[in-house]
Amino acid sequence: MNALELAGVTRRFDAPDGRSYPALEDVSFAVAAGSFLAIVGPSGCGKSTLLNVVAGLLAPSAGRVVVFGEPLRGVNHRATYMFQQDALLPWKDVRQNVALGLTFAGVGWREARARADAWLERVGLSAFARHFPAQLSGGMRKRVAMAQNWVIDRDLLLMDEPFGALDVHTRQRMETELLTLWEGSGDGRKTVVFVTHDLEEAIALADEVIVLAAGPASHVVARHRVDLERPRNLLDLRTDPAFVDLVRSVWKDLRQEVVKSQQRA
Amino acid sequence: MTRIAAWRIAIGLTALAGWQAAVAAGLLDPFFVSRPSAIAMRIGSWVRSGALWGHLAVTLEEAFLGLVVGAVLGIGLGFILARHPFAARVCDPYITMLNAVPRVVLAPLFLLWFGLGIWSKVALAVTLVFFVMFFNTYQGVRDVDRVLVDNARMLGASERQLVRHVLVPSALTWIFSSLHTSLGFAMVGAVVGEYLGATRGLGYVIAQAEGTFDTTGVFAGMTVLAAFVVIASAGVSRLERWLLRWKA
Repeated sequence: MNALELAGVTRRFDAPDGRSYPALEDVSFAVAAGSFLAIVGPSGCGKSTLLNVVAGLLAPSAGRVVVFGEPLRGVNHRATYMFQQDALLPWKDVRQNVALGLTFAGVGWREARARADAWLERVGLSAFARHFPAQLSGGMRKRVAMAQNWVIDRDLLLMDEPFGALDVHTRQRMETELLTLWEGSGDGRKTVVFVTHDLEEAIALADEVIVLAAGPASHVVARHRVDLERPRNLLDLRTDPAFVDLVRSVWKDLRQEVVKSQQRA
Repeated sequence: MTRIAAWRIAIGLTALAGWQAAVAAGLLDPFFVSRPSAIAMRIGSWVRSGALWGHLAVTLEEAFLGLVVGAVLGIGLGFILARHPFAARVCDPYITMLNAVPRVVLAPLFLLWFGLGIWSKVALAVTLVFFVMFFNTYQGVRDVDRVLVDNARMLGASERQLVRHVLVPSALTWIFSSLHTSLGFAMVGAVVGEYLGATRGLGYVIAQAEGTFDTTGVFAGMTVLAAFVVIASAGVSRLERWLLRWKA
């Protein structure tokens, strides 16, 4: 069963001069349920646009998005979305933020609170339940966002460079935590679509890596399977010869697109 | 904080002492500017005779009603237009036009429409408060972080939940900053209304005093007015600090 199918997805934007700018042109791929897909591409290639289309926040100009067999209409309620920027509500404390999706679904506060607290415990932030986001570090805010997304238990996890703004070490810790959560969920694994411009991050995390072409009119130029064993240890993985080989072969495809995007800029 | 308070008191006392001294030295004619000691005594006699409270209560009631009605209308319309850009563009010239009307010109009309009682003053206060609240709410709602809205929608927020959990709190910063201005405007609306035609209220007291060239009475009325705006504004600040406590 495919969690996600894109068929001929095209998205154009109207430029201020009245011309239409094609961000995505004829993007098609499928993601099997329970697998981890990473999407890489040079800056400005429309990765975020693609994710917004899958999230249902942007309608495609042409083409179809099918989610678990159903054509997508409006916001994708089978998915959660972790943004690159902070998306926590600054006026709600950590616990209220984690419980937000449950509140929206009409879950009573007593139950919502208990479920939020269970997730705060899993991400190691129990002591910070009454803090406001502004009082937390960047890494802690990401962990809250992760709990906020996981507590509502959707099948599809969309992530748009979620750790891009963090320093290298915090970032690696967050990647490890993400993998531990995901690999640890056994048969009920969620499907992940993870957008990044960092090729090593993509290969370290994913089962499959898709390379997008330099924009405008970006499309899929290559797909690579990542057959590294799980569970993965991110600290040792970077020097694993199989990993290094994969980075080299995917980089060949990505490099061409990066060069193109630099020439166009 | 104590340093700020010390400076505030020092500046106030210096100004009052200078005023008093200038009158005593004959540099200023008390017929035109009165003097602080006379103003204080006048307020004291008002308080002792109890004449002040009735007038003050009327003015505060008008200002309060004007503030509430103006805020409800302004915040409401601000929200609606911020969420419906088409309607906002349609209404834009009308709002500019209405906001350009000098309020003093409206006062006699309101007297005609709503009578000599409190409602003509409330109406005048509303016309002042409404626009301040409207523009700030409109800006505040449009200013909301796009990602917060997208995230809430992904987490399943309905339009109503979006307004309640995201848009209102986000606009609150703007609404509060305008509440301080609105408070002053509500008082101005009430007092100007009374000044132009009333039988009670601080504006009426000031108008009466002016009619007899009683500058002490005019200044005493203005002092009471200013004192209450400062107190109310401090109350708003406290409420604001509590509601916006999430700001680090």
